[in-house]
Amino acid sequence: MNVNVTINGAETSADIEPRTLLVDFIRTDAGLTGTHIGCDTTSCGACTVLLDGVPVKSCTLFAVQANGRSVQTVEGLKQDGSLHPIQAAFKDSHGLQCGFCTPGMMMVGKALLEENASPSDDDVRWAISGNLCRCTGYMNIVKAIQQAGAMLAES
Amino acid sequence: MTTTEDHLGTPPEIGGIGHNVRRVEDDRFIQGAGKYLDDVSLPGMLHMAILRSPVAHAELVSIDASEAEALDGVVAVITGEALAAHNLAWMPTLSGDTQAVLATDKVRFQGQEVAAVVATDPYIARDALSLIFVDYEELPAITNPMQAMEDGAPVIRTDKEDQTDNLAYEWEAGDKDATDQAFAGAAHVVTLDTHYPRSHPSPLETCGAVADINPATGEATIYLTSQAPHAHRTLFAIVAGLPEQNIRIISPDIGGGFGNKVPIYPGYVVATAASLLIGKPVKWVETRTENLISTGFARDYHMHGELAIDGDGRITAMRAHIRSDQGAFYADAQPTKFRAGLFHICTGSYDFPAAHVVAQGAYTNKAPGGVAYRCSFRVTEASYLIERLVQKAATTIGMDPAEFRMKNFIKPEQFPYHSPTGFVYDSGDYHTALQQAMDMVGYDELRAEQAQAREEGRLIGIGIASFTEVVGAGNSKEYDIAGLKMFDSAELRVHPTGKAILKLGVKTQGQGHETTFAQIVASELGIPASHIAVREGDTDNTPYGLGTYASRSTPVAGAATAVIARRLREKARKIAAHLLEAAPEDLEWSVDKFAVAGSPDRSVSIQDIAFAAYTNPPDGEEPGLEGVHYYDPPNMTYPFGSYIVVVEVDAETGEWKVLRMVAVDDCGVRINPMIVEGQIQGGLTEGFAKANMQWITFDDDGNCIGSNFMDYLVPTAWETPRFELGETVTPSPHHPIGAKGVGESATVGSPAAYVNAVVDALSHLGVDNIDMPVLPHRVWSAVKEADGG
Repeated sequence: MNVNVTINGAETSADIEPRTLLVDFIRTDAGLTGTHIGCDTTSCGACTVLLDGVPVKSCTLFAVQANGRSVQTVEGLKQDGSLHPIQAAFKDSHGLQCGFCTPGMMMVGKALLEENASPSDDDVRWAISGNLCRCTGYMNIVKAIQQAGAMLAES
Repeated sequence: MTTTEDHLGTPPEIGGIGHNVRRVEDDRFIQGAGKYLDDVSLPGMLHMAILRSPVAHAELVSIDASEAEALDGVVAVITGEALAAHNLAWMPTLSGDTQAVLATDKVRFQGQEVAAVVATDPYIARDALSLIFVDYEELPAITNPMQAMEDGAPVIRTDKEDQTDNLAYEWEAGDKDATDQAFAGAAHVVTLDTHYPRSHPSPLETCGAVADINPATGEATIYLTSQAPHAHRTLFAIVAGLPEQNIRIISPDIGGGFGNKVPIYPGYVVATAASLLIGKPVKWVETRTENLISTGFARDYHMHGELAIDGDGRITAMRAHIRSDQGAFYADAQPTKFRAGLFHICTGSYDFPAAHVVAQGAYTNKAPGGVAYRCSFRVTEASYLIERLVQKAATTIGMDPAEFRMKNFIKPEQFPYHSPTGFVYDSGDYHTALQQAMDMVGYDELRAEQAQAREEGRLIGIGIASFTEVVGAGNSKEYDIAGLKMFDSAELRVHPTGKAILKLGVKTQGQGHETTFAQIVASELGIPASHIAVREGDTDNTPYGLGTYASRSTPVAGAATAVIARRLREKARKIAAHLLEAAPEDLEWSVDKFAVAGSPDRSVSIQDIAFAAYTNPPDGEEPGLEGVHYYDPPNMTYPFGSYIVVVEVDAETGEWKVLRMVAVDDCGVRINPMIVEGQIQGGLTEGFAKANMQWITFDDDGNCIGSNFMDYLVPTAWETPRFELGETVTPSPHHPIGAKGVGESATVGSPAAYVNAVVDALSHLGVDNIDMPVLPHRVWSAVKEADGG
């Protein structure tokens, strides 16, 4: 069946099997491999993207469920050649090590900051509690999201 | 004792050792431009999926793959029988045992590889798995080493001719007679029986391979999630019989390793065989469940420990008897001569003359591959045992556990310290580290608060762990893996424009090598770190090395980097002398230039020297400015630290909460303090995970409980404690830059601190041990039992 999803502002259509997962559509059909697969049980959040602005785990949605809708992935964060503050803050606060969970973490962080510009430590931890990181111990991820909030407030 | 600031030798614009340089690798990761294994896509690439045994132990009667083969899109179904025809049904393990690639005779653990489907699409490959019909004749399963070592237990490894029981190895260290004698004269003997449960490193990226064997040339390019690409190339040459010059292993960006990506897995071999047979690239990426049930587990040590204490509160000897659960194949990744890894570091931070360690490993019907999960070869189990014993000893003789440690620590003036099991500790200052942790946490006040809380019916516990690690293998005389000596290498080229490229035999998996190794060169040569590219992971383009695990990159490859940079600096001196028309011995090096002694304005920068190396070399001097060094460390390094955890336990529910976690680490000189702290925070979290929730269990039939992230719990941001970090800096005297390695310290040291804290909260009730993970029902039961049931 034909599915058409707007990914990072660009329409992507493909003739796919109905069972195709959204994450596979993004990675294979759209060729955007920044969205990762870390489990297959909606547990780890490495595949998190924004669907109409809301964080979803793309390994547990069919691509057809995103038909006609808008998806944002890590590749869409940078605008006009400038890093999004969440990207700059993850680097500056050392919020990543192996980088595998990072795209999902940043998408959740971005969505959080759009609702709550200056989240507390607990606010951030609750927001990212559906995303696992095995490297950092989360402290610097929390710091990075809070730093991005401060950067967004300044700009 | 020194601090990181004392070791700054370069200004921030050069960004050498001691600077918090932001990571260069982050630029691609934050833009989704990292290239991990699953991102590798080649023209004509096929996809492989593996059929696994649903049972833990069975005769393999028959496999019918005809329906799978008939499915549209399926290119081939590969069985053990097909591999046997190419002598590939079995492969050697890193511990000198053999492991089935695809089962031919029996299955010996749930999740064992039985057949593989190669198809045009990954969905079709998985569909076809359900069309393969396997007839199993089930056998009773053995699920722990005690059961395995009982008389008359069914032999699991019937494939091995000489194997008449389930013993995988037996090993000992230390002096039995001296230890027995010390125990005979002891005023107190403290014993502890504990199980360090089976765990799994579970990096967020699972394991996989893309094998691309060119049918025209025979050249094999194999992309692997590999922490040790060079060693894997050699083992591939041996296993698959491919000529080594035709094998190129590319380890792309790695989404976390923690030891999980050290072994060679059957899936790698099958994908390679499939590409060889079919003539097209073949990709295999395991699912999370496959990762958890079949690849390198960690721990699963049943430990009995004893300490002998004299009337004065001094430890005089230690005994340890380990029974390790090896799973169906002895596939530990560890040095050949040390069958129980470096477990004999179990005398820890304490000075006593006698110790004796006996370790026995048994085959069971569980997954193989005892990898050192964020740990240098079983050091975690060792550290846990001694730190739990020390806590119990202090409680038994009625001494404060901090005071007991201070009394028994190896003293600073005793280094280099010869341990009773044969290690030579390079440097340490244990008293200072513990004192700093006590000061940070406010230890004396906390003890008073604890007493007050008890009166109010609240259960506060304070747990200490003062660990000593041994990392950075080799030297090559004592340490090898599968015969490959444990050195490492660095190749450094300074380009004509003064920029440089550094190539290493190790492989980063998140540790930040692309940043920190450039900082070492920046310190030695004065070239800004941002002008130095670091390359790893491609065996065609990097010098040979044993890889990144056991915290060995900084101790070994970091040393190789410093040594080769210094050698280039000596060559640079000759070129500078030529440029300045001075004698080489009259030149002085400072940060990034050579100057004539006494005439500081007569100087040339490293950039000028590099240009001259290619445009105006001195007569008789080899042109260019590059070199390679293979570093064979004279000794291991011994990082240490003291951790203090404060918990509150709810006796009604058995739940416990971390109130404070203070960690003082000494890993010698810190190359990039920001990265070091990140490593420590991550390690403390994994230590907390094991103490609090993370384990893999099996039922009596050998079914794995914990085969996905809903059953195998790893901590989220919500549960993870907030950490307070401190440092002391005691340089390693034998390492060129005094660094020791840090990636694993916190995972090694912290589990005992968490458990000691919970036990301390309950000690007045008579509780003296709760095994990890310290789950609420275990706490609740321990309190009830201590209370008389």
